[in-house]
Amino acid sequence: MDLTLKIWRQNGPQEKGEMKTYPISGVEQDMSFLEMLDYLNDQLINEGIEPVVFDHDCREGICGMCSLFINGEAHGPGRKVTTCQLHMREFKSGDTIYIEPFRAKAFPIIKDLMVDRSAFDRIQRAGGYISVNTSGNTIDANAIPVPKENADKAFDAATCIGCGACVATCKNSSAMLFASAKISQFSLLPQGQPEAKERVLNMVHQMDLEGFGNCTNTGACEVECPKGISLENIARMNRDYLFASLSSNK
Amino acid sequence: MALDSKVPEGVLADKWTKHKGEIPLVSPANKRLLDIIVVGTGLAGSSAAASLAEMGYNVKAFCFQDSPRRAHSIAAQGGINAAKNYQNDGDSVHRLFYDTIKGGDYRSREGNVHRLAEVSRNIIDQCVAQGVPFARDYGGLLDNRSFGGVQVSRTFYAKGQTGQQLLLGAYSALNRQIAKGRVKMYARHEMQELVVVDGKARGIIAKNLVTGEFERHSAHAVLLCTGGYGNVFFLSTNAMGSNVTAAWKAHRKGAYMANPCFTQIHPTCIPVSGENQSKLTLMSESLRNDGRIWVPAKKEDAEAIRSGKLHPNDIAEEHRDYYLERRYPAFGNLVPRDVASRAAKERCDAGYGINKTGEAVYLDFAAAIMRYGGEEAHVKGLKNPSDVEVKALGEKVVEAKYGNLFQMYEKITASNPYKEPMMIYPAVHYTMGGLWVDYNLMTTVPGCFALGEANFSDHGANRLGASALMQGLADGYFVAPYTVGEFLSTDIRTGRISTDSPEFEAAEQAVRERTEKFITNNGTKSVDFFHKRLGKIMWNEVGMARNEEGLKQAIADIQALREEFYADVRVLGAANGMNPELDKAGRVADLIELGELMAKDALERNESCGGHFREEYQSAEGEALRDDENFAFVSAWEFTGIPAEANLHKEELTFENVELKTRSYK
Repeated sequence: MDLTLKIWRQNGPQEKGEMKTYPISGVEQDMSFLEMLDYLNDQLINEGIEPVVFDHDCREGICGMCSLFINGEAHGPGRKVTTCQLHMREFKSGDTIYIEPFRAKAFPIIKDLMVDRSAFDRIQRAGGYISVNTSGNTIDANAIPVPKENADKAFDAATCIGCGACVATCKNSSAMLFASAKISQFSLLPQGQPEAKERVLNMVHQMDLEGFGNCTNTGACEVECPKGISLENIARMNRDYLFASLSSNK
Repeated sequence: MALDSKVPEGVLADKWTKHKGEIPLVSPANKRLLDIIVVGTGLAGSSAAASLAEMGYNVKAFCFQDSPRRAHSIAAQGGINAAKNYQNDGDSVHRLFYDTIKGGDYRSREGNVHRLAEVSRNIIDQCVAQGVPFARDYGGLLDNRSFGGVQVSRTFYAKGQTGQQLLLGAYSALNRQIAKGRVKMYARHEMQELVVVDGKARGIIAKNLVTGEFERHSAHAVLLCTGGYGNVFFLSTNAMGSNVTAAWKAHRKGAYMANPCFTQIHPTCIPVSGENQSKLTLMSESLRNDGRIWVPAKKEDAEAIRSGKLHPNDIAEEHRDYYLERRYPAFGNLVPRDVASRAAKERCDAGYGINKTGEAVYLDFAAAIMRYGGEEAHVKGLKNPSDVEVKALGEKVVEAKYGNLFQMYEKITASNPYKEPMMIYPAVHYTMGGLWVDYNLMTTVPGCFALGEANFSDHGANRLGASALMQGLADGYFVAPYTVGEFLSTDIRTGRISTDSPEFEAAEQAVRERTEKFITNNGTKSVDFFHKRLGKIMWNEVGMARNEEGLKQAIADIQALREEFYADVRVLGAANGMNPELDKAGRVADLIELGELMAKDALERNESCGGHFREEYQSAEGEALRDDENFAFVSAWEFTGIPAEANLHKEELTFENVELKTRSYK
């Protein structure tokens, strides 16, 4: 396949970036999107041009490290896939492909297509845990039965990979799908109850501090989420937040 | 130096309890004076950093990814073993211990493995308390499944994402300590050098991958939780960033590398499709419960398939060779990983492989679909259903069992496994070898510990399915937090370690020079060019089957490759600032050296055991011949300058509680 790539190049956080054009030929249908970028980078190195910087690691759709806004969509045209799971057979020879970083105020660009998503870690640190020491001397695992339906819903929420596609997709750059996934996981489990109120208040507060916007129920995040995290989680978080705001002593 | 495993004396089942009781304690006031560095934030690293911080030590944690949650433990699919015996099927700590020793082909240490089996139960309790959403049955209790050919159901799981859920659990424990200020987290930082002062590990040189700056970090102990080195093969199921640099730098500073040639090659992965492929994807072992593995019985059929003139569905039953069922009638398609991998390679080498590369075999669900469809038709009371009806019913059953895997397969290959057989081939998956550690998980450099896949201790020559997650969390939550006390209790009067010492200066200088050399090299070939060549050498000569001649050739080829690499590698950009190519160059340089040592280790081990198969040591039927008389030892290699000239130290393995037997699956 022959393609024209329009790629965002930016040397550093404070520098001005621009779209650059790279024609590329010899791309195979079986390549993943990131392998296509590897292939481009190998050519760039041979031509003495600095390779394009992008985040990636596991290349099987689970680590959440890869990102990319491809032709105006987070993780490209596929549904329920990350960029590393997208294959070139989704495109045809002659296509022009626009490749940009995930853009949001809270995700500053580090270089080229790589952004800083450490705001997500800080939201998790504000309460995305159950306060239990790792002594191993907790009660027996089967002493806490959890209804299967709740356990399955908690699992579904917990499959969030923290990639940030929801933020990049949202017109408000909201991180509410991300934060609500973790809040919901614990909200649905008995182990999460003692700290439930503080958790939702603190995590939402941190989300605001980081500069993420609010949810206006467009639902684009759910569509673009590679793990299909449900909007239901945002509703649950809002309900928990309201309850906590009205009843918390803090 | 004599290798002392320091396994406590006494009855096997009491060793760990006794040892824990005898480790000197460090008082809370003194813990505050002690610093610990943890490198890597996978299951072992995150759990260790969180636990040590809870105990009161000052912890600094490092990971090269942008967040500790991204470590490659996250990609583990199947599950985690624990001797809970919730299913009342006769499981026990002793049975898990025995299965692990036997599965490892009797090349692991009894004391360590028994401890692993003991603490496996605490892991499940701990993770549930943390809110890890394991699969449950309708009564709300935890569910289990069978795994890896053992005879009990002891594997806990969270769909096909068990590693993700366990890592996020450890990550949450770590976050709690970061929030408290007990752990200082350094993401996008990579360890470049171990700093040894007066014979003890006292810190690291880390690179800030965003700014390119080198940082000195001192501590009273350094824990390497940096995973395995499967990427020495270039293509593996490891993440792209997985590397051996931290472990290798420790090796160069005196830590022995143990059994480096013990590599696990997983039989069911999606085959290589082309020269530009960057990584391989695993298809869960569970598929072998229902899939039948075959290749064409006639060479001309295999050739016709490779050139696209023949479709597998058009090959008649009698012209198919179900080679695992033929060779191993007792276990059939469910032989252990090492046996299944070698058998696939044997058929492909003989010219019966399929796919355009000739390196693939079929994993066929057609029979299972018809069998399940027939059962469904019976349940539904259908009289004389047509084949089409039966097939449709059967596909539904298979979808319920394996739907997500079939979907993943189709995404990658664009082929529908309900309609035509899957193509699979073995791929590098896990490394049993690693830094030599004693019972306290300390390497031969005092104060330098290794946890999880980075050490060698528990899996012998072959790891059982669902045991890697168990070991990572056991080491990090329950073993190292106790055992570091033995070393650190002697350090309570040491005071803070200065980073202004000549040792730190020299270490940083060495790192700077290495980096500078890559940038100013002005070569002509990219880093990947060399990495791919290393991978080819390793796969061909140090892969699933090895022989003396090939291994000697591999050593010579790798040495030549190393010279060429340093002479001709091209790294663009600058040393300061973000430069992933530069970081990759450093990793590949270390993988090249490691590859040479792996070949040397494989050459010296004149037996076949577990994942290590030497063609010279096989029975007339092609089965592995282990040599317990001469090779029941751990090979621990001491670096001397050239990997192939490393000094061999032997830790003899003694088996007081199990009887050594030949594994047979006929």
